[in-house]
Amino acid sequence: MNSPTTPIAARFTQLREAGQMAFMPFVTAGDPDLDTTLAVIGELGRRGVDLIEVGFPYSDPIADGPVIQASYQRALESGLTVDAIFDRLGELDRESTPPLVAMVSYAIVFRKGPEEFVSRAAASGFSGMIVPDLPGDEAAELSTVVTDGGLDLVQLVAPTTPPSRLDGILATASGFLYCISVAGTTGVRDAVPTELAAQLADLRSRTDLPLAVGFGISEAEHVVSLKGVADGAIVGSALVRRLGSIAVDGEDRAVVLDRAGEWLDGLVEAAHS
Amino acid sequence: MRALRRRVKQRGVPMAKAVDRLGDDQNNSGLVFSESRMTSATSQVPDELGRFGPFGRRFVPETLMRALEELTDEYLRAKADPVFAEEFDHLLGSYVGRPSPLYFAERLTSEVGGARIFLKREDLNHTGAHKINNTVGQLLLTRRMGKTRVIAETGAGQHGVATATACARFGLECVVYMGTEDIRRQQPNVHNMKMLGAEVRGVSSGSCTLRDAINEAMRDWMASVASTHYVIGSVVGPHPFPMIVRDFQSVIGSETRRQCLETFERLPEVVVACVGGGSNAAGMFHPFIDDGEVRLEGVEAGGRGAGVGENASPLSFGQPGILHGSFSYVLQDVDGQTQDVHSVSAGLDYPGVGPEHSYWKDTGRVHYTNVVDNDALEAFGRLVRTEGIIPAVESSHAVAHACTVAAGMDPDQVVVVCLSGRGDKDVTEVSRLIDESSSR
Repeated sequence: MNSPTTPIAARFTQLREAGQMAFMPFVTAGDPDLDTTLAVIGELGRRGVDLIEVGFPYSDPIADGPVIQASYQRALESGLTVDAIFDRLGELDRESTPPLVAMVSYAIVFRKGPEEFVSRAAASGFSGMIVPDLPGDEAAELSTVVTDGGLDLVQLVAPTTPPSRLDGILATASGFLYCISVAGTTGVRDAVPTELAAQLADLRSRTDLPLAVGFGISEAEHVVSLKGVADGAIVGSALVRRLGSIAVDGEDRAVVLDRAGEWLDGLVEAAHS
Repeated sequence: MRALRRRVKQRGVPMAKAVDRLGDDQNNSGLVFSESRMTSATSQVPDELGRFGPFGRRFVPETLMRALEELTDEYLRAKADPVFAEEFDHLLGSYVGRPSPLYFAERLTSEVGGARIFLKREDLNHTGAHKINNTVGQLLLTRRMGKTRVIAETGAGQHGVATATACARFGLECVVYMGTEDIRRQQPNVHNMKMLGAEVRGVSSGSCTLRDAINEAMRDWMASVASTHYVIGSVVGPHPFPMIVRDFQSVIGSETRRQCLETFERLPEVVVACVGGGSNAAGMFHPFIDDGEVRLEGVEAGGRGAGVGENASPLSFGQPGILHGSFSYVLQDVDGQTQDVHSVSAGLDYPGVGPEHSYWKDTGRVHYTNVVDNDALEAFGRLVRTEGIIPAVESSHAVAHACTVAAGMDPDQVVVVCLSGRGDKDVTEVSRLIDESSSR
């Protein structure tokens, strides 16, 4: 199931050989429009990020904090549809675009039909999916559909996950494991908690899947602190908040992208050093 | 009791005969179902994964899974503990004021001209609605788990008040999430909650109503689960919530069943309840599920009609999908985005419904229909005028349908309506709506 030939697996193998961590930013599709999203993805690719998570806006995102929820709301208010996301992201140049991972609620996947959603995602150039409200207990069926479609199903592990649940989660996981650093929803926090190292070490003994840490990462120091214990760092709210000034403050897209890009350079550098 | 029940079943009116009498208007078109469909529903649900047939389960972030597993284990232990049951019964009797009466609405019956209509008076409970049955049980559970902080969501404010009340009774910290739009519409309940010592936190995301308040409460719980219990107000959300709330509310149906046997020496022909998230209906129906001869009617909010955004009737106009951690009928668009809903009643103004109702719908055990705003308001006025009882606008939906059903039945038959709450909170709004429609 964890085929080494998927683009996500290939990228992590490459990074591991180079002794580098993966750096994965999250971007909300359609905030405030899909032209901006394409421009952001292009910019992220040029800045050397390794994978990009693309958030599919959902009306009732219980797993997300206020920053991402607000971006989802802005996108939906502009009339964004799932079809439009697939159509427009399909226009991206596959060669220069890092592997894309769809971050999408099971409410959307179920309504579209898992087979239909996965085949459209694959056709639009996605390499994997993260379904944050589909715990391991319910993921067996979708895991098969996703891997049959040539994609990876990235599963989440929380600080509250007891060891008894890990086997079930790992059985349906591929690509990499998304390790949540703190209990709660997504959002920017001050420091990477120390208990995390122990959980990562435990996971390391159970699986060969790369371990990526998300929730609360906003500074290069956070990324540096993960060196040696994790294989990747995910940045979500901190980037979405910066990009939000295009929609919220009506700032010029190029100016905002430049500013966010400079900030990102420091994080990418920390991951690749 | 068992012998009596057997006798009752023999004496019961055959289902097909009762169904025939209900007429064949459009709302009742789903009445004819096969015997096998009807008997396929059982009261012995959910299973250990929280499944009611295919419905229910857990579609939540991994962060919440351990809490849900622990809550399930703790609840099942409490359920098997006679001391817990004794404490719950004691509070229901001495604090909530149970049993609530089964009242013969004689003047309403004679005006309708058909089956005898009885009201299960949940409006006479402490805090004026059925919600307190659940919150008292959940607070006992909170204390048992050693948690010191309680959070809840509320739409109309009834569940918020019932939670704040129980928290005051148990001396626990209480935070209630409420959409800013609902705070504006339901000021008296906001004052009550604050008076009772609760902190009311406004939620200004999305539609600023109940569903956003649930999202926010779930978020709080994800970060605070070690010290906090989430007292959900209806039979919705991930397993074990639909089961726990149904069990605590089942006192409604158990009492009704016993009162019917004592009063009529048989079960009623029809039982009617309104359905938003569906907790009063689940509590009323569940004890009757295995009594195949009793016809169960769930009434959703038909709002202004069948159009998108015009009603709050997922069982009538929605399809199976995911909302708030559960698989059930829901009003969503083709992308799975939750649709806006409308009902004159804030308590029924919810795009989803409890998973057990979806199970009962698909097995055919419960028949679901909907009543539009104007018909609910008319029933509100009718009950006030004939019985001197001011019903909640939510409950008025059930009263309206009960009158329709009773009119097509014989005078020796019995229709029971769950009068889930009293309407003091609605008087101002109803007066405004009546003035508005009369000046049109």
